[in-house]
Amino acid sequence: MRTEIHITEEQLQLLLNSLWDLYGYDLNNYSKASLTRRVTRLMALDRFPSFAELLYKVKSDKHYLKHLIEEITVNVTEMFRDPPFYKALRNLVLPEIASKPFIRIWHAGCATGEEVFSMAILLHECNLLNKSLLYATDINPDVVEKAKKGIFPISQMKEYSENYMASGGTGDFSQYYTAKYDHVIFNKSLRERMIYSTHNLVSDSSFNEFQLVICRNVLIYFDKDLQSRVFELFDNSIEQLGYLALGAKETLKFSGIYPKYKQVEKEKIWRKEK
Amino acid sequence: MAQGEIGISKLVLIGGSAGSLEALLDIVSNLDSAMQIPIILVLHRKSSSDSLLSDLLSTKTKIAVKEIEDKEKVQAAHIYVAPGDYHILFEADGTVALDDSEKVNYSRPSIDVAFESAAEIYGASLCCMLLSGANSDGTNGLRYVKERKGVAIAQAPQAAEVAFMPQNAIDNRVVDYVLDNKEIANYLNRLNAEKA
Ligand SMILES: C[S@@+](CC[C@H](N)C(=O)[O-])C[C@H]1O[C@@H](n2cnc3c(N)ncnc32)[C@H](O)[C@@H]1O
Repeated sequence: MRTEIHITEEQLQLLLNSLWDLYGYDLNNYSKASLTRRVTRLMALDRFPSFAELLYKVKSDKHYLKHLIEEITVNVTEMFRDPPFYKALRNLVLPEIASKPFIRIWHAGCATGEEVFSMAILLHECNLLNKSLLYATDINPDVVEKAKKGIFPISQMKEYSENYMASGGTGDFSQYYTAKYDHVIFNKSLRERMIYSTHNLVSDSSFNEFQLVICRNVLIYFDKDLQSRVFELFDNSIEQLGYLALGAKETLKFSGIYPKYKQVEKEKIWRKEK
Repeated sequence: MAQGEIGISKLVLIGGSAGSLEALLDIVSNLDSAMQIPIILVLHRKSSSDSLLSDLLSTKTKIAVKEIEDKEKVQAAHIYVAPGDYHILFEADGTVALDDSEKVNYSRPSIDVAFESAAEIYGASLCCMLLSGANSDGTNGLRYVKERKGVAIAQAPQAAEVAFMPQNAIDNRVVDYVLDNKEIANYLNRLNAEKA
């Protein structure tokens, strides 16, 4: 019944070394437990009879790299995921940055964009969308392409609409999209405030200053060292009195930049005060 | 029960689904308060009830109970609760990592995912237990625990509020012992005594 081939620590290291040597992809500071699981899954998915064959494929076929990166990163996401988080953004963060002439927000690790569209809806309802720009980046080019389109399965709209209402949404969720067959396309007025691009948090640097950086459920895939490095990168990208928002199970607490920040109530949101 | 096998477990994982809370409260209240072996609970539930669960368990034992955090090192003398809506994975350095990938067996945390990842790292020094539930989660995990020479235990189906989950593991012949709540607590207490 179980046909999965589990790879060893040494094998994983061989794979990581090849990705670095051949393609300059540095996955060394990712959680090994997560990578092991994803590679095991990939081998089952692509029916590799052994680890050696996977390694051979990686070394001999440079097109396979894209697929590998797509499959070993976790791209799961939702609209208005954790409604209380969006409620906190709406009530505690947006009012504080509303007076800015221009609002720049960075979604780091945006996956297929559900989080970015949620944010755009929030901004719209706070009358801030027309002076905001949402920069959305991810390491995985495939998800960035998908996010750009703003097309999502219609089957998920019921759940997203419930999340939206639980997060304090003031309108009718269905006003934000047009349904076509089995999918929906979100309004152009939302999409035109977004800028999508690939960006690797491991190797790329800061590219702007933001009032709000949102990076949710990305850092859990990194080890502590890489987490600290990425926190430095964020600190360099957040302006004075700007905010950093993390996922439900992530914290700034043990990082070097922590002393400069103050937590917003009990939310996973911190404000840069020094 | 084979006496020789007891005493090598360094980590205990308990998986449960529908109807497992009562059993857990019962088991935890019968644990030796000097329990050194870390115990991690992987339960199917709504994500909002995280702190509620630790608080509830705390009322039944003097052992420290807390929700485990991402990259936290598993420490002796603790009962940990795996947070809702994330899978829990185990690293070679004794820490855990959270993961929000797809649900497995309609569940996150999935018991299979937790057991398999722990077996990968802890091998023969892992003991996994499967309690009440209406889902088949946990069976594949126990199979892998056994492959890696760990100990696999199922709650006795007649003691389980919902028998399906432990029964499924038993039917698939992936368990070493079938124990009721009292026996599970005794087993853990003996494990602890032999370790001391
Ligand atoms: C689980 S998703 C989180 C999506 C969304 N932020 C949320 O919370 O719903 C994690 C995302 O991080 C991206 N990621 C992983 N490593 C990255 C890196 N080094 N740089 C940028 N993005 C990365 C993955 O491609 C994936 O899309």
